Amino acid sequence: MTDATPMLTIAGMAAVTYLTRAAGLFITNRVRITPRTEAFLSAIPGAVLVSIIAPAAFTQGPAEAGAALGTLAVVARTKNLPLSMAVGIALVWALRQIL
Amino acid sequence: MHTSASPTVTFDAQGLRAGAMKTLPVAMGVAVYGLVYGMLAGQAGMTPGEVTAMSALVFAGASQFVALDLWLDPLPVGPLIIMALIVNLRHVLMGAAIQPWFSRLSPLKAYGSLFFMVDESWALTIKDFADGQRRGAFMLGSGLVLFATWLAASLGGLLAGAMVPDPARFGLDFAFTAAFIALLAGLWRGKSDLPIWLAAGIVAVICSQLLPGKWYILAGGLAGGLTGALRHD
Repeated sequence: MTDATPMLTIAGMAAVTYLTRAAGLFITNRVRITPRTEAFLSAIPGAVLVSIIAPAAFTQGPAEAGAALGTLAVVARTKNLPLSMAVGIALVWALRQIL
Repeated sequence: MHTSASPTVTFDAQGLRAGAMKTLPVAMGVAVYGLVYGMLAGQAGMTPGEVTAMSALVFAGASQFVALDLWLDPLPVGPLIIMALIVNLRHVLMGAAIQPWFSRLSPLKAYGSLFFMVDESWALTIKDFADGQRRGAFMLGSGLVLFATWLAASLGGLLAGAMVPDPARFGLDFAFTAAFIALLAGLWRGKSDLPIWLAAGIVAVICSQLLPGKWYILAGGLAGGLTGALRHD
């Protein structure tokens, strides 16, 4: 027996995602977006990522917190995704051995 | 947003090809993100069929990464769909920004092309328009290259990741957090983001201790969005 829930969930995510893609053109063909709404919408992606990271980095223990700060330092300097991830993973592994 | 653009916007093979060609260098970076996504999707327990459907139908990197954090058993259907909506709300602004040109295409061409609007294809298209070009098919050409790259890379990553046993032993369980931190750095727009991110982080940490499941992500995201709206003058 296969569960249809994952595929239906993906279909639902796809539907709302397409709505966000179509909405900008649809709305601005009809009305103006206020600067305040624009400020709200543009703040959301970063805020969501911070909300995922902060509890994972700062409520798990010193190894995770240290590795998170190390990852941030590397990515701020290099903007390199694979390198930053590798440093973060190595740091958490090493700090878990020590702490 | 109702600025006056030149009256004609084309939609032809030349524009399609131009969009595809200009996207090839960018596609390299997208391939790396796709590989990382596929590996993490495997860690989260997604099947090849689910990854294929997700990358082909949702086709939005940030929201797909966020969904991995929520890919639990039993599947939290409501939070997953709400999070996809919230994370992708930025598309509304992106679509609004290309309105002066896309409003001159037929609805089928405009709304069909918009399925392929991701951060990269949007940025390249806006630049093409800003350079004075009127190639309406540019976004479709760019988006198709990114679509094929993203789909192939996420499946490749999934297959490659399946070869690593017991990820937690090597600290690989931290890969999620590390990936999110790296993605976050790319979203930094300047000091004005600091209060937004602080508000989001504080609310998320508090709510993660008080609320069940992953609702703290939504709470923190909204707190950050409202902070951005309130600080706007």
